Amino acid sequence: MSFGAARPRPRLDRDNRAFWTGGAQGHLMICRCGDCGKWLHPPQPLCRGCWSENVAAQPTCGRGVVDSYTINHQPWMPGLEVPFVIARVALEEDPSIYLTTNIVGCAPEDVAVGDAVQVTFEEDEGIFFPLFEKVAQ
Amino acid sequence: MSASEAYVTGVGMSEVGVRLERHPLLLTLDAVREALDDAGLRPEQIDGVATYPGKMQGFLGFSPVSSDDVIEALGLSTRWHLGAAEMTAQLGAISAAAMAVKAGRARHVICFRTVYEAGAMADPANYPPPRRTEVTGASQWTAPFYAISAATWVAQYATRHMARYGMTREQLSQVALNAHRNAALNPRAIVKEPLTSEKYFAARMISSPFCLYDCDRFSDAATVVIVSAGDALDEVKTTPVRIAATAGSVERYSWDQAEWPGSYPTGKALWKNCDYGPADIDVAQFYDGFAFHPITWLEGLGICEVGEGHRFIEGGTRIALDGELPLNTGGGQLGAGRLHGFGFAHESVIQLRGQGGARQVAGNPRVAVATSGGGPMAAALLLTRD
Repeated sequence: MSFGAARPRPRLDRDNRAFWTGGAQGHLMICRCGDCGKWLHPPQPLCRGCWSENVAAQPTCGRGVVDSYTINHQPWMPGLEVPFVIARVALEEDPSIYLTTNIVGCAPEDVAVGDAVQVTFEEDEGIFFPLFEKVAQ
Repeated sequence: MSASEAYVTGVGMSEVGVRLERHPLLLTLDAVREALDDAGLRPEQIDGVATYPGKMQGFLGFSPVSSDDVIEALGLSTRWHLGAAEMTAQLGAISAAAMAVKAGRARHVICFRTVYEAGAMADPANYPPPRRTEVTGASQWTAPFYAISAATWVAQYATRHMARYGMTREQLSQVALNAHRNAALNPRAIVKEPLTSEKYFAARMISSPFCLYDCDRFSDAATVVIVSAGDALDEVKTTPVRIAATAGSVERYSWDQAEWPGSYPTGKALWKNCDYGPADIDVAQFYDGFAFHPITWLEGLGICEVGEGHRFIEGGTRIALDGELPLNTGGGQLGAGRLHGFGFAHESVIQLRGQGGARQVAGNPRVAVATSGGGPMAAALLLTRD
């Protein structure tokens, strides 16, 4: 599924590299505290819950729920093909953690709040963008 | 008039337009001049300057004038100044000025916000647009999915409100219809043409549920609010408006990690900082970068329950100029132009002084609330005529 315009690319650094490259192994990598077990996003070198520095990216199951979404009709960038869905997905491991993403593989009008979704990756020169597809309930 | 209080003693505004050729610093000067004339102050009496967010390199039209620029260009001599993005949204600059005068750091502070987004887009040679090929910081979590505009972020808060509480586009449209009705009575508003329900629903969608009329209009303008110390009021000629309370909040910086827009924690905090309550508000100026924002402020400030804001505005009569809570009497940003927060403080003062002309709310309003921010950062001011 092409959107007609290259995605803006995150500049990789030591905090975000696992997230943006985990798709190479098929994993949605999210930061987690090794002491209290809290999941953290965006990634950072300490736990928001207990201030532990024992924090590292871990694979998640890649499933989540559409917390909210918008059908975007405005071509914000040259060539961007509209409409398409921008969504906020709540992760199965911790529904208070959200990822902004695109829902792909279905018509925009088929997306609804509460839809169960599964990660899929779109690669562009070493960056693996986590997108989500609806899963049959 | 206690030294421990802060007052608004002057307001000013430049021409408000789209693709104005006048230099943004000169627009700022226009607004400063008007505010000084309004207050009866001379430039040499100004000893503080505050703005939000300060100069932003890379987003030149968003904030083309810094507090340093104003001090330098106008030849001011200050003892306190501020230009900061890492604060509680636009009106946080006025809140900070109130704290500064209460602390004795300054007596008369020019607070300003200059926007030049329309002019900058029309003049890329002088105002190069930001590059979007590589993203860092918070935008890396949204921009790679083409969620580049706040429209796409706030639209998701609105969709969630629809799913959870049943808000309809019909109810949402009342914010835009009300804004256009009031803008028609405001000589400075950029929107002059009336908006009908038919026109609203025929408009192109930007990012569902927002259509064109749910999004504020890029404009070029400067707005000034002068904040003065309570023991300096004998130097001004206007009826002072007291800054009875200020509040601001941020819990999560990322728009897509915040559970709620900042209007909710900020609204709660405002009432903790004063002896007033939601029932005391005579006139409301709620940030409307997008039509959904005022609904969050109605709920956040406790004017109605969470999940009831859309029912409060249904039909538009309660928020009209002659309704129980006149909302965005100057047209807000949807009608008067994207003054980026400061227009709400300006209009509050106009209403409390009874200077609203055709759009003046009847009954001598004495308590006004102005708010700014629609993402995780938010600020609110409670202004009163004592």
